[in-house]
Amino acid sequence: MSSYEKGWKEVSIAGVCWLPSTKYLTGDWSPYKPVRDKAKCNKCLLCHMYCPDGAVIWNSKAEDIEFNYNFCKGCGICANECPQGAIEIILK
Amino acid sequence: MSKAKQELIPLNGDESVAYAVRQCDVDVVVAYPITPQTIIVERFSEYVHNGEVDTEFVCAESEHSALTCCLTAALVGARTFTATCGPGLALMHEMLGVTAGYRAPVVMAVSNRALSAPINIHCDHSDTMAERDSGWIQIYVESAQEAYDSTIQAFKIAEDPDVLLPTIVAFDGFVISHMLEGVYVLTDEAVKSFIGERRFPLVMNHEGRAVQFKLDPENPITIGALDLYDYYFEHKRQQEEAAVKALEVIRRVHEEYAKLSGRRYGNGLVEPYRLEDADIAIVCLGSTVGAVRTVVNELRLKGIKAGLLKVRTFRPFPAQDVAEALKGVKAVAVMDRGCSFGGRGGPVFHEVRSAFYDLDERPRVVNYIYGLGGRDTPPLLIRKVYDDLNEIVKTGRVKELVQFLGLRE
Amino acid sequence: MSFTWKFTAREIAEKPELLAPGHRMCSGCGAAIVHRLVLKAVRGPTIVTHPTGCVEVTTAIYPYTSWRVPWVHTAFETAAANAAGIEAAFKALRRRGRLKYDHVDVMAFAGDGGTYDIGIQALSGALERGHDFLYVLYDNEAYMNTGIQRSGGTPLGAWTTTTPAGTKIPGKPEPRKPIEDIVVAHGVPYVATASPAHWMDLVVKARKGLEAKGPAFLHVIAPCPRGWRYESSKTIELSRLAVETCVFPLWECVDGEHKLSAPSKAIALKPDLKKPVVEYLKAQGRFSHLFTPEFERVIDEIQRVVDKRWYLLLKKCSV
Repeated sequence: MSSYEKGWKEVSIAGVCWLPSTKYLTGDWSPYKPVRDKAKCNKCLLCHMYCPDGAVIWNSKAEDIEFNYNFCKGCGICANECPQGAIEIILK
Repeated sequence: MSKAKQELIPLNGDESVAYAVRQCDVDVVVAYPITPQTIIVERFSEYVHNGEVDTEFVCAESEHSALTCCLTAALVGARTFTATCGPGLALMHEMLGVTAGYRAPVVMAVSNRALSAPINIHCDHSDTMAERDSGWIQIYVESAQEAYDSTIQAFKIAEDPDVLLPTIVAFDGFVISHMLEGVYVLTDEAVKSFIGERRFPLVMNHEGRAVQFKLDPENPITIGALDLYDYYFEHKRQQEEAAVKALEVIRRVHEEYAKLSGRRYGNGLVEPYRLEDADIAIVCLGSTVGAVRTVVNELRLKGIKAGLLKVRTFRPFPAQDVAEALKGVKAVAVMDRGCSFGGRGGPVFHEVRSAFYDLDERPRVVNYIYGLGGRDTPPLLIRKVYDDLNEIVKTGRVKELVQFLGLRE
Repeated sequence: MSFTWKFTAREIAEKPELLAPGHRMCSGCGAAIVHRLVLKAVRGPTIVTHPTGCVEVTTAIYPYTSWRVPWVHTAFETAAANAAGIEAAFKALRRRGRLKYDHVDVMAFAGDGGTYDIGIQALSGALERGHDFLYVLYDNEAYMNTGIQRSGGTPLGAWTTTTPAGTKIPGKPEPRKPIEDIVVAHGVPYVATASPAHWMDLVVKARKGLEAKGPAFLHVIAPCPRGWRYESSKTIELSRLAVETCVFPLWECVDGEHKLSAPSKAIALKPDLKKPVVEYLKAQGRFSHLFTPEFERVIDEIQRVVDKRWYLLLKKCSV
């Protein structure tokens, strides 16, 4: 345990959480990551629906799909399910 | 301060608790019937079905779910109540710890009942004593009147922002739960304004905002995270702090209530009786206190300097008040209506005896296990305890540290 | 029930993630997909509760939380009781003028252990009392959180650490408990099965469950790469195969009336589409011990159980 952790007088009552898990990056769990061939992609969004980690994001301004590698665990579901064969899993 | 308007009505212990809960502006009552607590649930059902309360009343399918529902309802911000005893309390055990750990101010009435096996529906304190370390406040009362008064106080104690701990009001099964008594009751308005509304401390949430400590969709908080070796210990230490602070809050709430009702039970923690010049004394809790008080009066008439200390608050344990009240007493008998098997005496004995350890002058302290499974303890047996204490004072010797009172050899 | 909610894939993709990234569910976790999709169906103010289990221990590890809605976990057997208490509190607070919301949706998610086994008493009680909440069973078919032990939801023949692939007893000797039928027998307004592979069907059913007045139950298959012994990219493939083999048919039961959902209805209308269970079994390591001359008979037995249940379902759906 390190000294920056809060003492008992400072910790939240009843163990109420005070940090969002978005500060806990899980992107380094895997040596793999998905890459997308934009030319093949028809933006059907199945990759977004099937991502366990919310790491396939629909950017509505750019009207495009983005991978958030901070959280992608490299499971490969998106590549496996892509009807266009537009996603490939590669070694980081 | 002038006393509030009161009415004298006939109620047994269970009914007096149900009556108090009706007055306490409770949002959610969840319970499961079990002898000898059943009358509380029955009376409260009548209030609901006759439109005398607008409380949400849930007849759960088990005590475990009854307490769980109260817990989550309390975390949403509701004032909640449940009642049980004996095996029902044992079934709840897991959730007692969770409720205290989540600092949910649930109030629970327990009409003390023996634990199985063999199965027995009558009174002893095995059920609540087994929950000694669950993190709940425990108040033991000696009459239907005190059960009524203490139930009202319990909400105010449990919900105090310095405390936020669930609270048990324990009263002896049948002896108090089923015994009809004249009970003075306050008006509904007086009780409601005495308790007030629930208050919520602020807590920092994961969005970096200070929000009320309750489950509110606009101000989300997460309660019930996995808490490992890096923080669990700190949270438990907070709980201990709250329990210690509760001593002062129980005393304060008791005093405020005494001003309102004119009824006082010692200082709310302990209640000494004729201890000022006593040589010998009994320490006990629950309905037995009444019988011991009678014997003390008899002995005093004979010139024997006997006294009594009722422990009203058992958790948190008012060790200082106990030691102070028994100062100068030469021999003390602690009566336990429960047994810590193989533990050299009962749970009350361990606490009381330990309270004296650091003092320069200590009385001799012995233990009597009594009344298990509803076994009667008539004045004759209590006189025997005082006789034994006199013998200890005379000889300076303790023959047996732990004895079983009213047991056939 | 009249149901009018319609949405496009884009609208779903633009909805906020109520389960934030950074949770610690395994790579390729089916339960994570199920949660994300179900949470896309929320209507407004919502509270979520979980019993102890995989999703609980991976989404809230103090001081971190993935929950963007109020969330509470109490114990293992308590999912339905948690929801019942929350719902009762809202009812009381609303009636007594202490609630700022017109309505708050209450959702309980629980795994198979917390539903088929230790939590079934609380579930049955809450269903009978008619609390208004949605219960989502994410079924990964064993106690995965403690390391793959059998539950009442583990299928016939499956290997787990407490139903090992022994030389005498090849995996779990019993078929799973028909939990969805048990729930239907309670007479609740809405019960449905769903698979994340058919994501739109799942989201619609979650919304229907929320809109139902009274208890609603959604049984969702949630493949587990670790416990089922398959490569993490195959999670959706397996949840699709489960439907295609009729191991996990999709249907809903509204006010006691069963109706097949589109993917299963297609099979019912064209039985040639029904794939043999062996295709589903061979894709998973937990059934690999059955592919031996000695234990092949178990595969036949699994096929027989699946066919029988499918036949009974078709009868219920008047197909």
